Formats: sequence, structure tokens, C-alpha cells
Amino acid sequence: MKEALSLVQRISAHPDSCCWFVSWSPNGALLASCGGDKAVRIWGREGDSWICKTVLQDGHQRTVRKVAWSPCGNYLASASFDATTCIWKKKNDDFESLTVLEGHENEVKCVAWAPSGNLLATCSRDKSVWVWEVDEDEEYECVTVLNAHTQDVKHVAWHPKKELLASASYDNNICIYKEEDDDWECQATLQGHTSTVWSLCFDASGERMASCSDDRTVKIWKECPSENGQGNLSWKCVCTLSGYHGRTVYDVAWCELTGALATACGDDAVRVFKEDVTASPDEPVFSLVAQETKAHSEDANCVSWNPKEAGLLASCSDNGEIVIWRFKEEELD
Amino acid sequence: MSEGVILENANPMIFQRSGDRMVTASEEDEDVHDPIDDREIFLVRSINDPEHPLTLEELNVVELDRQVNDTESTARVEFTPTIPHCSMATLIGLSIKVKLLRSLPDRFKIDVHITPGAHASEEANKQLADKERVAAALENSSLLEVVNQCLS
Repeated sequence: MKEALSLVQRISAHPDSCCWFVSWSPNGALLASCGGDKAVRIWGREGDSWICKTVLQDGHQRTVRKVAWSPCGNYLASASFDATTCIWKKKNDDFESLTVLEGHENEVKCVAWAPSGNLLATCSRDKSVWVWEVDEDEEYECVTVLNAHTQDVKHVAWHPKKELLASASYDNNICIYKEEDDDWECQATLQGHTSTVWSLCFDASGERMASCSDDRTVKIWKECPSENGQGNLSWKCVCTLSGYHGRTVYDVAWCELTGALATACGDDAVRVFKEDVTASPDEPVFSLVAQETKAHSEDANCVSWNPKEAGLLASCSDNGEIVIWRFKEEELD
Repeated sequence: MSEGVILENANPMIFQRSGDRMVTASEEDEDVHDPIDDREIFLVRSINDPEHPLTLEELNVVELDRQVNDTESTARVEFTPTIPHCSMATLIGLSIKVKLLRSLPDRFKIDVHITPGAHASEEANKQLADKERVAAALENSSLLEVVNQCLS
């Protein structure tokens, strides 16, 4: 097998600004991007190329740090340095602002929808993680404020099957939260990274999690029964990928379709790792199978696998660009 | 700094400014590519101290260890705050970082650190390395105004 990343398209998405994040819609047809120009842009395929379908402006006063699609694909949430999260509703080809979630004291760093679509999580430099409930009337209510971190919370991600939430922080830790008797609580604090944890994601099964950090490593965590047998799960670091990344690793994405793990790094590179299928699940082995060292001319901030088209990968950079890649596993003759 | 503010370090030692950079014959030749070197980085010496009407060089704040590599697009600056617990350290560091961000080509990776041992807290180094926090700080108009005063 010989793997490679090939360039599909390079897009100047947020010119004269930076592109912080990209996210595919659940059906894989649209890509949302956001950046320092305070805008969210929606991209769609026309013929062989990706073009801008809509620009969502006037929602935010400052940088839009992250965007997230609801599982049904009809809503988009945008998190901004202006301390608010906007909820946008899709109407045919357009989006209208539905509501604005306020409450965080300062920059909102991330927003994520639970798989049911009934819960939304946000996190901020104010060190807190908020969980919001959505009712049938499209009303959003904050159900809990979690203060498990001692610093800036960089990222939140939901388990793909359960109502389990993970957060990554400037305090070098990862926290796992679960609802117990109508109350959300931090169930586990994962220590191991030696600097800011910038992002994390679950694999398709939800049994494992990958995290990436300013310490230039990626760690793989596996769920395992806790020692006290209380039914609470604990997470153990089963693998550390070190020596591959030259600077801060800003994002990690696990492809649900192929199991490939992609990273976005401050050394401008996009890398893809694959797991050795013969290794034990408790001691997994990942190898670097594709690397674009000059994927971008500035920091790579985010990587995102298309949820429907295997191998289609989007990355974005501080120079405002989005790049669409195809990751191929070629059979050798 | 407005009048009546108690300065953290009221009587700093003042150091001689170094001479202007020497321009070599090959640099004046427009046909020769001049790599960006560590003298370019020393432009941070003209930054004003947030507390004193003096430049960082005169205060010996940027007793700089400067490492520049044009081919690898990296610039690394270490600075020494005048007193160990100087609360202005982060602001000085941010001003140095902003000056370099504005002066160097976008391809450069810029690392600004406090000289090891020169400051009680390593916290400033972590904040200065966090580009998300730097980006958010520069969207804060009052903070940006203070940085611009240091750079004026």
C-alpha cells in the first residue's frame, strides 16, 4: 500500500485574514469556515470545484473561532471572541440568525452539538464549559456551568453515541463530563500533556479519543473500567505520537469511515497517521503514512474529514486559505 | 502611564543606545538578495517601555538573545524584564511580538520568551506563545492602544 495526499483545490476563503476552523455538514455536501474577518462562509461543490454559497455576516463583532453543524444539518452554531454563540437556521440555500447565546464572560472558544441534537456545549477563556438544552420551540436554556478547569478551555467534543462530553484546556488537562441524577459532573480528569491541549476528538466507536497539544504530541486515550468498579469509566493514555510535529499541534481529526487520523500543525504541515491493524487495542501503533510539509504557507489550524466521502479532507490556515485534499490508499502493482 | 501612578521601578538603570545598523555594500546592491538577519530583529530595541519615557534598549530590557533564520523562517527573541516581578513583562513581550508580526514576512514563526530565570513567572511565556490569546488580545481596543503607544 502506498498512501498520499493529493491536492483537490486551494481556496482563498478569508482573504486578508486568518481561517480558524472548517466543518463539514453531516451529509458532506457543505463546508462551513470561519475566521478573523468575523464572518462564516458556506462552501458547496459546483461541478469539479468548491465555491462560496453564502456569507454569514453581522452575527459577530469579533473573530469567529469555531463553527458546528447540528446532527440534522439544519442548524449551524458559531462561537466568537465577542463572548457570544450564534445559532443559524438553514432556510433553503440561505441561513437566518435564530438566536444568540449569551453568558460567557469573554471569548467563546468552541461549540459542539451532542449526537441527539438536544444538547449544545460551549467553552470559553472564562474557564467554564456550559451545556445548553434545546426544546421543540427552538429555545435554548443553559442547564449547567462546569468549572473543572483552572484555565482557558480550548475545545469541547461530544461522544458519538452517548451523552458524554470532553473538554481540552490551557491547564494541560482533559475533562470528561456526564449527567448523573439530573446533574452534570466532571467524571475524570486526564493528565499527561505537558502544555495546552488544543483539541480532541473521538473515534467512530467512541471508545477512544485523540488529543493534540502545544507539547507537540498527539495522545490516544482508551476507555477502561474504573478500578473502584463504580461503573464510572476512566481513560488511559495508550499511545503517544511524538517526534512527528515541529510545533504546536492545533487540531486532530479521526475519520469515521477509514480510521485515519489527521493533524494540523503550527509547522504548516498536514499529516495523516494510520493504525497498525495487527497491534493490540491496548497498545496501538500508529504510523505516519502521508505528510504535506508545506500544506500551507502559515500555521495549519484545523483538519476535517468529510463524513460521507472517504478520504476527502479539508484543512485551513492563518493565511486565510482552505485546502481540500484527497487521501488515497493506492494498491501497488 | 498617567501622572501620579506609582512606578514599579522608579529609578531604572539607563544604558547607552547602540549605534545604527551598518549598511554593507552588498545590501545597497538591489540585485543581491539580502537575507533577513538578527540585526533586522533588533528593531524591537526602539519599542517604548510602558512605564518609562525610554526605549527597551535604554532600559536594557531587550538584552536580546536574537536568533533569526531566514531560510527556515524562524525568529526567536529572549528579553529580560528590568525587575524580576515586573507585571509589565507580558505587555512588553506582547509589544515585541506585535512589532515582529508587523515587520517580518507572514511566513516567519515568531517566538518571544522571557530570558530563563529573569522573571518569577513562566506564565507570560505561555501566554505569549498562545496565538489564540494573542489574537484575542489584539482585538481588545484598549489593550491595542497601549501596545501601539509602546510601538509609536
